[in-house]
Amino acid sequence: MSNDTSRLSIELTINGESRTVRIRPQDRLLDLLRESLGLVGTKEGCGEGECGACTVLMDGLPVNSCLVPAFQARGRTIETVESFDSEKLIHFLRSGMTQCGACTPGVVVTANWIRANPELADSFSLRELMAGNLCRCTGYDGIIDGLSDSMNEDRGGSCCKS
Amino acid sequence: MDRLEGMSKLTGEERYTDDLELEGFLWGMTVRSPSPRGTIREIRFDDSFDFSSCVVVTADDIPGPNEVRLIEVDQPVLASKTVRHVHEPVLLIAHESRDVVRRAVRAVEVVVDEQEPVLDYRKAPNPNQIQHSTDNILKRLEITKGDVDAVFRDADHVVEGIYETGAQEHLYLETQGMIAWVDADGVVTVKGSMQCPYYVLNSLKHTFACDESRVRVIQAPTGGGFGGKEDYPSMIALHAALLAVKAGRPVKMIYDRNEDMASTTKRHPAHVSYRTAHDSDGRLLAQDIDVRLDGGAYVTLSPVVLSRAIIHAGGPYACDHVRIRGVAMLSNSVPYGAFRGFGAPQTLFATERHMDRAADQLGIDPVQIRMVNLIRDGQTTSTGQLINDGTDRQKVLQQALDHADYQNKRKENRAFNLTHPFRRRGIGVAMFYHGAGFTGSGEVYLESKVRVAGLPDGRIEVLSANTEMGQGALTVFTQIASAAVGYEPDDIVIAEPDTFRVPNSGPTVASRTTMVVGKLIERACEDLVRAVGGDSDTRGQSLCNAIRAWHQANPGAQLIGEATYTKPPGIDWDEQTYKGDAYGTFAWAAYIADVEVDLRTCQTTVRDFVACQEVGRVINPTLATGQIQGGVVQAIGWALSEECIWDRGAMANAQMTNYIIPTSGDVPPIRVIFDENPYEYGAQGSKGIGELPMDGPAPAIANAIAAATGSDVCRIPITPERLMANMGLCDVE
Ligand code: FES
Ligand code: FES
Repeated sequence: MSNDTSRLSIELTINGESRTVRIRPQDRLLDLLRESLGLVGTKEGCGEGECGACTVLMDGLPVNSCLVPAFQARGRTIETVESFDSEKLIHFLRSGMTQCGACTPGVVVTANWIRANPELADSFSLRELMAGNLCRCTGYDGIIDGLSDSMNEDRGGSCCKS
Repeated sequence: MDRLEGMSKLTGEERYTDDLELEGFLWGMTVRSPSPRGTIREIRFDDSFDFSSCVVVTADDIPGPNEVRLIEVDQPVLASKTVRHVHEPVLLIAHESRDVVRRAVRAVEVVVDEQEPVLDYRKAPNPNQIQHSTDNILKRLEITKGDVDAVFRDADHVVEGIYETGAQEHLYLETQGMIAWVDADGVVTVKGSMQCPYYVLNSLKHTFACDESRVRVIQAPTGGGFGGKEDYPSMIALHAALLAVKAGRPVKMIYDRNEDMASTTKRHPAHVSYRTAHDSDGRLLAQDIDVRLDGGAYVTLSPVVLSRAIIHAGGPYACDHVRIRGVAMLSNSVPYGAFRGFGAPQTLFATERHMDRAADQLGIDPVQIRMVNLIRDGQTTSTGQLINDGTDRQKVLQQALDHADYQNKRKENRAFNLTHPFRRRGIGVAMFYHGAGFTGSGEVYLESKVRVAGLPDGRIEVLSANTEMGQGALTVFTQIASAAVGYEPDDIVIAEPDTFRVPNSGPTVASRTTMVVGKLIERACEDLVRAVGGDSDTRGQSLCNAIRAWHQANPGAQLIGEATYTKPPGIDWDEQTYKGDAYGTFAWAAYIADVEVDLRTCQTTVRDFVACQEVGRVINPTLATGQIQGGVVQAIGWALSEECIWDRGAMANAQMTNYIIPTSGDVPPIRVIFDENPYEYGAQGSKGIGELPMDGPAPAIANAIAAATGSDVCRIPITPERLMANMGLCDVE
């Protein structure tokens, strides 16, 4: 949007790289990712914090990037769906975690956050932990199974399916 | 086989419409009617806003007829004289800046002289409300079999009930969107989120008054459809194309969630009056059913939705005397459209809730009344279609009961209910069927075509207009083609659905893609083998060699195999009398829900769900299971929480905050069981499955709630408020 003059510069770390980005004061973190950086893996499903399609990790915690003002990301570390190694996603594929794929980037970010913090599963069920990510296609079994299979493998156990 | 495009979705590499790169484009937006009905007196442009840098399109800019071509042509592309629903498109604006175009839309006021709208489709319209024909009936249909009135005159047991289902929003996670541009040859091109490229193409041809060489439609990866991207994408494509032509630049229109929910189609609300006559064993002697659908403001797809609704209204039962009358009524709300199940979930809710009420009234077990009446081979459906497919429907029901541990659960629930102060548990059954493919002669009229091309390197490309929207068409087509020719899946290419390249293989709807189009792929592959002079042994490497050799002998030529739909033998349908074989085949299913109701809040929780179905051969178990689970959860939402709140025909809760779909925390694992009885005329023996899971959950859950609470729930969604009112615990509805 070339005709906007009131841009400001912020520095942040995105998927392991430090970047300087020019943003408009009203931009959301979601706009920063999609428009300023072209990281269009992150989706807008509702724009009001309900669906979780826009989930990214900010300093290691999942946030709805549609609700975070872009300037709040200054100096922070952001990880998006683009940051994950596809080899680590194989159980997600096998279980049917994705159908149409519109919820998937957010689902993958939350699921990998749970994998990185497996102790969360001691206090909450996987269904509770995933409840911030709406999916209209899978009915959630494919998501929960893929997550639990990969957590089993992360633990060094053998995985139950295929 | 794993989902073909699965990894690119999991890594975020898949590019949907809003993700596509586009140079020098404008953002397009729509100015909409503020009023449910009236004549447009004036369109006011706010003086304080500078429109000079905007591109504005009105009905005057439309080159051909101002009509969205579908079954009829009553819906305008842009309303010019009158409006028939709130959010009806009136004017289009485009600008480089999304912020500016948003402000521009707010700076336009559509001034309407209001007329009396129809806001309740259930009431007979008064003369001032007539807007279609002489009675506001968009479509009327009737099925008759035997002599219903005579049976009711002598019947010992008559059971009556009225059942209502509400509108449902598709809520695909990717909102609707389209981009349009005019290419160097002057071809108007649109690319976007859609189920049916040829529907979009036909409407572009009509409105731009040109042939298919001047307009082109390409499907972009589509983030869910469920029927919601069957007809409405034509509207958005027309809008984007009109703006792009006027602007001389590419235009991108992406609906935000609120606009999508407020202005696109929904599931038809339905009101079903059900009357049955039984003998004392519960056997059905006669069914007399009246179906009334809310069609919304224009005809759109209501005639065909009504058709499927009435054909399924009798349920999977044998009955010699049946009368089913259906009407789709005009109302001044957004036009209702296709939604997974296409009318069948509405009438099957009535059928299956009614069977439980009949069992209750006659003092028979709900399972028993279904076992007694389930159609057996050699018996006929309401349209007189002879069922003879070798499927043991009683066994399908028994399998579901066994998996759900139904009899024990029933006892346990009763014991639990006696002791718990405020929780009530109940288990409920629904038995149902779903006709696969288009109704009646639909497939014959479509004359769907599929092509496969032998490529110079020996690979095979499948060319069809059928689309991937999450249901797995790409993967299943690859499996079908690779099995047909003995290739590795990697050596099969599926062409992008682009009307400049692919033939019209029909729309991606009606659970027809795998079964019908898959079969065409198999036959087109056989044709390709013939084209290279092969026979049934020409498979795998030998076919690959033959294809390469053909290209060496015919450099630059195209090697094509083709197939066109022909109806299976012995299928006969009479459109006039509504008698005969409504579908090539049916899928059959028994679903069981175990629920708990908290009497303090009247909140219902589904504790366990078993979905057992006979769907022909299952080609890809992971994808098929995912389709069933996703459909069941979508139907759980329809049954319990998804309610469209209407304010003068407009959806007042057009946002995810207060239109509530299930989360992972709200539903149990969905236990899926397949009973496979291969269908000769479906690819690899398959039948359609996509819509089936939408039919059963609502009645199974309603029956379970009735068992738990004793409350006779006959209207969904069964929200806590509605259940509370139904139980007489409060009087607010
Ligand atoms: S887009 Fe951010 S939560 Fe839906
Ligand atoms: S895969 Fe379509 S919304 Fe989740």
